[in-house]
This record gives sequence, structure tokens and C-alpha cells, in this order.
Amino acid sequence: MSDRETILSAIRRALEIPSPPPHGAVPGAPPREAAADASRCLPASGDSMEEWIERFATNAASLHANFHAVQSDSGCVQILADIARSEGWRRVAAAGDPWICRLATAAGLPVTGVDRTYCRHDLEACDVAITGCDALIAQPGSVLVTSRSTGGRAVSVLPPHHVVLARRGQLVPDLPAAFALLHRTCGAANWPSMISFVTGPSRTADIERILVLGAHGPAKLTILLVSGNGE
Amino acid sequence: MSAHAEQFRSDLRRMTADLRHRARIQEAMRKYRAARAPAQAAFRSWEEARQAAAETKWAAIRSLDRHLEEFERNATARGTRVHWAANGERAREIIVDILSRNRVRRIVKSKVMTSEEIHLNQLLERLGYQVAETDLGEYIQQLQGAAPYHFVFPCMHLSREEISDLFMNHLGTAATNDPEALTAIARRVLRRKYLEADAGITGANFIVAETGMISITENEGNARLCAALPRIMITVVGIEKVLPRLADLALFLPMLATAATGQPLTAYNTLYSGPRQPGECDGPEQWHVILLDNHRTKLLADPEQRDALHCIRCGACLNVCPVFQHAGGHAYGTTYQGPVGSVITPHLRGLQDWRHLPAASSLCGACTETCPVKIDLHHHLLQNRRNAVRDRPAPLEQLFWKLFAGVIRRPALYAAAVRLLRLLAPAHRIVNGTRADPLRAWTEFRNLPEPAPESFRDYWRSRK
Repeated sequence: MSDRETILSAIRRALEIPSPPPHGAVPGAPPREAAADASRCLPASGDSMEEWIERFATNAASLHANFHAVQSDSGCVQILADIARSEGWRRVAAAGDPWICRLATAAGLPVTGVDRTYCRHDLEACDVAITGCDALIAQPGSVLVTSRSTGGRAVSVLPPHHVVLARRGQLVPDLPAAFALLHRTCGAANWPSMISFVTGPSRTADIERILVLGAHGPAKLTILLVSGNGE
Repeated sequence: MSAHAEQFRSDLRRMTADLRHRARIQEAMRKYRAARAPAQAAFRSWEEARQAAAETKWAAIRSLDRHLEEFERNATARGTRVHWAANGERAREIIVDILSRNRVRRIVKSKVMTSEEIHLNQLLERLGYQVAETDLGEYIQQLQGAAPYHFVFPCMHLSREEISDLFMNHLGTAATNDPEALTAIARRVLRRKYLEADAGITGANFIVAETGMISITENEGNARLCAALPRIMITVVGIEKVLPRLADLALFLPMLATAATGQPLTAYNTLYSGPRQPGECDGPEQWHVILLDNHRTKLLADPEQRDALHCIRCGACLNVCPVFQHAGGHAYGTTYQGPVGSVITPHLRGLQDWRHLPAASSLCGACTETCPVKIDLHHHLLQNRRNAVRDRPAPLEQLFWKLFAGVIRRPALYAAAVRLLRLLAPAHRIVNGTRADPLRAWTEFRNLPEPAPESFRDYWRSRK
């Protein structure tokens, strides 16, 4: 008998004797589903776009991420150019839709695209990765990236600074909304092979429980939310 | 007494006397509590969340076979190779076979508790593979040649000075007491290893049946890199980790983060569904998922303790456990320490060899109260004790209880026994706590209460 059969038949044999539902369950009612109950239980996220932006900004600050809400593409370009100057970016990786590359180029940055032939050592030598995202999540302040929308699996973790450009319409209130969005956009069979909720820059507290940013991924995470481009 | 029990006992003697160790662990736990309280308070209802999580896991385990088949079907459709391993030996065979067929030499690992369970590193190193743990804490423990101390905080028992010495000896770096500098050293060394590795081995926090995905929770980004750069990816995961629906993670991910480290959400929560897909620019050519039983079905067969399979390995029960705080993680001698380790290890590795673990409990119930998925941990500790005695009774103890029952059922005999004990009490004071004391197991560290001047029955009679 294969291990598969061994395990499955052991499971079925074991489950012949039922176990009582968890303490506190309503007798006779169908078991609760985390997916359905999440919204009621999770921390509040606000009711309007303005509240979500405020919530995202507060959360980003406590996560040690930098957040800027800007009115237009040109405001975004300005901030990119400012950070580039102050940090002395020499190599910039950019990935995502053409809008991302357009803004990066407009900021006068020496952009390398991330495509099917990229070299991991070149990517590793970049000072920054500028990418798009699939969503910003107000509560708890996460950036949703996928291997499809952000140029693969490595670009958002290999360079020491990750800059995310997002449009206003990409902001969603909470995790249940983000999962609903994923179901809507990726459908049943069209999933990217990697989906990541990025909540603040890479971190560790393995040494004496003291927070250190930039353990293996980027030490800096900057999020620019551009309002001008439609919903 | 089993060899494990003897080891446990001698480790306990040593660790409980180590006040520096105790202070360090208590400081770490203080930081944990300070972070967790506000994160938990931010939930609109943590209790509702626990209830929903517990019932979701209960329903998931109740149809475990169907969920695993659903996962297999969906994952396979995306080009993932799903393997089943009934025990550690089979899992090791499967892994070595994948590695040798793909001519792998260098391996990077993110945190994989299942690989500790099946002693993978020792085997791979013996076979000549270069294996690097990449989680900072795990990397430090690997350099030390020691097992993780705590399954969430692997090196919480070490001071920065000790870590600095370790890096000096193994990596030739200069001494530093700065956690940031120490982290940077590990980052530099491990960066090279990710870029050169042929295979990445990861664990998983959840299996999503609905979409054939696995979910990995981490703070450092090391699992992200292990799953991005090497051409082969291998994931080893226990069969109990299933969730029925993708959106269940909307609740489980924040709960895991809150209970494990007091964060609203861990820095990277990543879902993988398949190796590199057409049109994607990186990711592994092959992805192998190994579904590991390794005695989990034995625990499943015990309906009384089946809910221990709901465990999401957040480590919260360790962080509130008075026994863990004094004994330390290594004394357990197990992959999973603390209350949950004392509940499941007797099932995974033999009740009689590990019956001492559930015995080392104050039964205070702090573990049960803190558990995000409402596992009835402290009652399971009691059930393990009961089962251990039922399967292998202690004849002397049985005889004692038989005598006790005989005496207590006969009022005259009982009264005589009480008088006798009162007479013996002054004699006992002479041997109290010494090797000659038959009650030494109790009196070595504790005082025996003095008998009252008269018994309650005498008192009652005199008042009438």
C-alpha cells in the first residue's frame, strides 16, 4: 500500500469516532467559518476612503514603513527624485505595469526592467526596487504583491529598499476585502504562483527580542499613494 | 524511569538553579506580553475570533481526508508535485531522492519545524550536502550545533555577547554587542548562500485546500528568498495544517501574528501555488510538497485529544507557561516544547517514554486560556497522565491507594490512623527532607503541613 493510501485510510479509520465540537459552539448549529466571521472579529478599519487612508498612514508609521499620499503623478515623480538624491540611488530595478516605469523614468532614474532574462546578481546589486502592487490594505497596513503584478518573486525582497507605487483605487479596507479582491481578479485557475502580504519592512527580533529592520529582505519600505489617477 | 525522563530531571535541576537564564527568559516574556496585549485588544472581539478559529479547525480536521485530496488535486493541476510520507524515514527518502535526481549540492532552509521532527539536517550533512538555515535564530542555533530552544524564538536564551562570540569563532567577524551589526553579519553571509543554492526547503503554516496553496508566515524575508531563487523548492508540512478556504486566512493570519509575537500581522505572509508559471520571470522549476503524517493520525485517533491537531504553532502557550519559564526549552528534549509539546509528544513519540512531560505541569490553565484556537491543553495534560498510569500501572501506588480506600471507608480504622499519624509527626520532623524521609519527593523542597492539635472529629464531638 502506498503512503498515500496508508495515511488516508488511517485518517478515515480515526474519524469513524467523532469528536465533540469546541467548547462554546452552539449545539446543532453548523460550525462557524473563519472566512465568514473575520470581518466581525478583526480590528476596525474605518468606513470611508479618507478613513482608510488615515488608517493606512497610522499603521505604516507604527510598522516603520514610509507612507506618502500624493495628489498627482508629478508629485510622485518629485518624491522619487528626492529620495533618489538623498539615498544616492545608482541602480534602480522597476517592475509592474508601464505606469511604474514611466514614473521612474520621469524621475530621471537609471531604470533596469525585471523581465524573463534578468540576472539575480544584477538585481541583488540594485539600490532599490520600484514596483506596483495588487492592493494596499488599510488595516493592518499591508501591501499585496504577486509574482505577476510585481515582476516575479525576488524583486520585492532582494534590493535593500522597496518602493511601492499605488493608485487610490487600489486601497481596500481590510484582509477580508483583499481576499475577495484576489478571488475576483485571479479567478479559479489563474493564480499567480506567489501572493505576498507585505506588512512593513523585513525585520527580526531574534537577538534578545530587540527589533532590527532589514533581516534578509529590504530594511526600508516606502509606499506612495497617488490620488490623481482614476479609481 | 525512561532515559528521556532522567535527562529531563537532571536538566531541570540545573536550569531551575540558573538565575541568569531565568531572568533572561522572564525579560523576553515580559516583552512578549507587552506587545501582545495591545495587538489582542485591537480586535473587535478576540473571543469571537477564537471561537470561529476553533470551529473552523474542528471542521477542517473532521474532513481531513477530503481536504487533503482537494489540496492534492488543486496543487497538482498547477504543476506541483505532491508527495505523501507516512513517517520520518519515508520523508527523508523522498527528499534525498529529489535532491539527488536534480544534482543538488547546496541547500538553503527557512524555518521548518517538521525537518527538526524528522532529523533532516543531520542526514543531509552526512550525505555531503551543504545546508544553511536562514532564519536568523535558526542560523545561530545551527552554528551552535544545538536544537531550537523555542519553536518560534529559536535562540531566545542567548545573550548578544554569546552570539557575538559564536560569530567570531565561526565566521571570523569582529566582536560587537550591537544586535543590528550582528544581524547584518548574518544577512551578508546568507545572501551569498541564497544566490548560490540549488534547492530551498521550507515549512508551511497553512495548507489551503480550496486553491491548492500553502501559506508561509515569517518576518525576515528568508522564506521569500528560499522560495524565489533556487531552482528546486521543497516544502515539508504536517497533514493537520489544512484550512478549507483561502479567505479563512483573513482571520488566521492576524490571529497567528498576535498570538505568536504580538504583531498585528507578520511582515511576510506568502501564498504559493505551484512552481514558476508560464509568463513569470522567476521562481523554482519544480516545487515538491511533502505531506507528513509521522504519527499525527495516532493523535487523530484519540477523539478526546484530537483538538491538539488544531495547533497553529504560535508558541503562545510556551510564553505563558511557568514550567517553560523555569525549565527552558532545551530541557524538554522535543521538537515542540512547552504545554503543547507535552500534550502531543507522548502521542508522536511514545507515551511511556514521555510521560514525565505532562507530569511537569502546574495545571494552572494559562496555556488553555491563551491558546488562539482553544485547545484544551491543561486537561489534555491530565488525560496523558491518566493514560500513562492506565497503560502501565505503578503497583506500589496501587497498593497504597487500595489501603487508603480500605482505611477511609471504616470510621474506626480511620480515627486510629489519624491518631497514629499524629504520634508519628514528631518522629518525622527528625528525618524531614533527608534521604531517610519516606516522603522526600515532597519534603525535599516543600514543608509538610503540621497536623492540627486535634482532629476535626474530636473538635466536633467536644463542641456538641
